[in-house]
Formats: sequence, structure tokens, C-alpha cells
Amino acid sequence: MMILSIIVLNASPTLEQPGVLAPILIVGGLGLIFGLLLAFASKMFEVKVDPRVETICGALPGANCGACGLPGCAGYANAIVHEGIPLTRCAPGGPALAKQLSEIMGTEAGDVVRRIAVIHCSSGGFKNTNWKYAYEGIESCKSAVNIAGGPNTCSWGCIGYNDCMNVCTFDAISVDQHGMRCIDLIKCTGCGACVRACPRTLIMLIPIDRNVYIRCSSKDKGVLAKQVCGSMHSCIGCGICSKKCPVQAITVESSLGRIDYDKCINCGICATHCPTKAIEDQLAGARKIARIKPEKCIGCTICAKKCPVQAIQGDVKQVHAVDAEKCVGCRICVQKCPKEAIELF
Amino acid sequence: MGYLGEIFIMAMTAIFINNFVLAKFLGLCPYLGVSKKLDSAFGMGMAVIFVMTLASAITYLIRNTLLIPFDLGYLQTIAFILTIAALVQFVEMVIQKNAPALYKSLGVFLPLITTNCAVLGVAILNTEAKLTTGIDYRFIDAVLNGFFSGIGFTVVLLAMAGIRERLELVDVPKSMRGMPIALIVAGIMALAFYGFMGFKI
Repeated sequence: MMILSIIVLNASPTLEQPGVLAPILIVGGLGLIFGLLLAFASKMFEVKVDPRVETICGALPGANCGACGLPGCAGYANAIVHEGIPLTRCAPGGPALAKQLSEIMGTEAGDVVRRIAVIHCSSGGFKNTNWKYAYEGIESCKSAVNIAGGPNTCSWGCIGYNDCMNVCTFDAISVDQHGMRCIDLIKCTGCGACVRACPRTLIMLIPIDRNVYIRCSSKDKGVLAKQVCGSMHSCIGCGICSKKCPVQAITVESSLGRIDYDKCINCGICATHCPTKAIEDQLAGARKIARIKPEKCIGCTICAKKCPVQAIQGDVKQVHAVDAEKCVGCRICVQKCPKEAIELF
Repeated sequence: MGYLGEIFIMAMTAIFINNFVLAKFLGLCPYLGVSKKLDSAFGMGMAVIFVMTLASAITYLIRNTLLIPFDLGYLQTIAFILTIAALVQFVEMVIQKNAPALYKSLGVFLPLITTNCAVLGVAILNTEAKLTTGIDYRFIDAVLNGFFSGIGFTVVLLAMAGIRERLELVDVPKSMRGMPIALIVAGIMALAFYGFMGFKI
């Protein structure tokens, strides 16, 4: 700084009239000195960033949906490298991304079960909703539920102001001609944004290979639930499904049945017995039935023991047969057969 | 009154009577932004004390060795901003290297010290301030004033962070949660500090 001031002193001989040179030199010189200082400091205090963080950041979808439970994709990338959290948390990326990440990190990713959002209410459209009053406020479910417990008679059901659709970043939710929200199974990534957006928590994430849903969330007592429901498909908590379920996957609590999808074998028996048709079976009528190939069967009886509905009969070391009437097409026997003797037709 | 008394008056003035945040309303952005947690408030306070002290020292030197001799007082603002910006960049690099956790918790507010008007404010007010004896600030006075102003900022920031940490547990009406209640608290704190104005030291 002393040298600089000497130069400036020489450049402007009269102190009374400094001219234009002095300010330029002083401010420019200051800038130069600070610049050099910072350049030096940036070398001296350099912080090395793990290159994998950037690679992972590039591989992640960049939707910042928060399904992984961390703030944004950059946060997830950081957590993978530094905290070693699982590679499978990214719902939009799915198994393909988990594989890619495992290549970057050099570790095993594990299986990703793809889950999709399912709305647990069969009401909410133009014609299948009973209204208490005409709501004319802000077009949002969150706002509507605050006024006298919501505009629809069922205080558990869908209001139909599409908060879930508006929050979906993947354009997976649309409204059909009846005013009902449809979730596109291909576009849905299971990020859970709609689950958090729904003020009545009607949406749950369900493994994509399970196709039986209880389309009701009403905890009202049976009679009341039936009265207020606009679609007439409310769960009345009768418990028939729970009794009929071959694997005890359904529990009824507070007049509402819920399926444990870890146990559910996708057989659809509950749907056929539900008196109010509150249970929707998307595979109804489309299920295949198991058939045992006689030439391969060795009569080990494993399939008969594993069958949840006792549809397979046969003695030890004899060829077994499937009772087509009883078989629900759950695939368990196909998976358990050691000789690959069972197929679905 | 000796020089120690002078320093005491300077400290009391900077911390309580003419507090930068609550009396001069400078540096409100970090005051509301970084006062959610005590830890990060403390870190921010330390960073501001450091930057304010250093900025006071360097801007004093620049003003009195470069600007005044060449009659360039009108360049004061731009030269000071240049100095503060460079200083903050430097501090940021040092913190990132030596205290990554603090760097993370300060987040965007560390670069924002650059535009923290309290830092520029202390540099500019130092040029006009006078001791009780009526003489202009000398170098050591300017540095001390910068230091005490930083302490004043930190004290208020820590008080605010403490209050806001407790507010988290309070049943505040939904529409008032977060920033609205913070602004109300800030107003009440400013009123309380207004009481110090009557002090005669």
C-alpha cells in the first residue's frame, strides 16, 4: 500500500488538483490487491469436494421432490457419499437409478419395490359426492376442509378440489369426465407429494404388484358411513373381508378395514365378499389359474402345504392337481415349486 | 475520565444505547434469517464481530492513508464496499476450510454479510464519530468501535435466537407461526432497547 501511494503521489504532483488518475489508481489498485489476496486464499484454503457427489447429482432426476426424505437431490447426493444412506430412496429414479448409483458408489443397491399412490376413496366426483353446502372459496382441498368440516357430508372422503393433482410434479394425476382423479401407473413415481398434500390423508403408497384396494377411509360407524357416502361403496367395518382373507392381511379398526400389503397375496377374495363393494380388485376376472404339469410333478406336497386357499390336492409321491374353482392365482405355488412344474394359465 | 472510561462508554453505546439492529435498524436480514438456532446465531455473530473489527481497521487505514490525502472522500463508499466484499470472501474461505459445520449452518447468510449494511454502517459511522472529548476517532478507537458494534449485534442476535427457540414450543396461532411472530418479537425487543436511550453515562 505504501508503494502504491508513492506511485500515486508521483503521478499527481499537485495535491490540490488530483486529476482523474489518482482515484482510478487507488480504487483499481485496491481491487487488484484484494483480487490477488483472494486468489491466493482460494488456493491456500481450497476445500476438496468429493467428485462422486457431483456425479450422483448429475444422475439423480433433479425433481427435488423430497421422496428420499432429504432436502432436494443435492442433499441426497451428499448424504449418499458422506453418510452412507441407502441408494434406493429415490422414488422417481426407481431401480434403474439405484443400479446406476451402485455403479458410481461401487456398492450393492438392494431391491427397490416400486410403489404407486392410491386414493382410498371412491367418492369426490361430480355425481358420486353428497354435499353439505356449496363451497365457494379458494379452490383448494386444504382451504375447503377448514369450513364446517368440509363441504361434503362424509367427513373422511375426497372433496375433489384436486390438491393432489396440483402438487404432482410428474403430471401423473388427471381428472376424468366424472370429476374423479385418476393416477397414471406409468407416470407415478411414488414420491409421496400427493400423500402429504391431501388434507384427509386419503392417499397411500402401495407396491405396484398389489392390485386390491379398499377404496374408503371412513371411520364412521357402518350405518352413518353408508348414509353419508355419495358413491354407496363405503366400508362399513363388517369384517367379512378380514374373515375371508386366507392370509389374515386385513384388519378392521374403528369401522375401517385396512390391508397389510406385506401380507396380501393379491388374491381378490376380499373384493368378491365385500357387501358394499368398497374393495376394488383391479385384476377381477383377469386372474390366471395355476395348473400342474403332470410330467414334472414329483409329489413333494410343498405346493399343497403352501397354498393359502387349499386348492391343491394330492398324496405324497403322486401327481397333484389344482382345483380350478378354489384357486385364486396368487402365484405362491409357482414360486415354491422346486421343479418348476406349476404354471399359470 | 481516562481512556478506559472512554472505552466503556463506547462499548455501552454500541451494545445497548445505539445498538445497530434495534436502534439503527441496520443488519436486519441476518437478524431475522439466522436467529432460528442458537448455534448458528452464535457462529454468525462471531463472523460479524470478526468482519466488523477487521473492516473498521482496514477502512480506517484506507480512508486516512489513501482517500483523505488525495481529497477523494467521495470515493469512500465504493472503496469501503470493495474492502468489505473482499474481506467477507476471505472469511468465507477460511470458515469453509476450518469449520465446515459452521459454514453449513450459516449457509447463504455468510456471503450476505457482504451486503450487511451494519458492516458498511460501522465503517462509515466511524469516519464521523467523535470521542466525548470531541476529537475524531483514532485507529484504535475505530477498531474498538467496530468490535463493540459486532458484540452488540451478536448479543441481540443471540437473545432473539434464544427467544425463537422457546417460541418453537409455544402454541402460537397457526397464521402467526414463523416470521410473523418473529417480527413481533423483534418489535418488542426494539421497544425494550429504546429504554436504554435515556441512559446518561
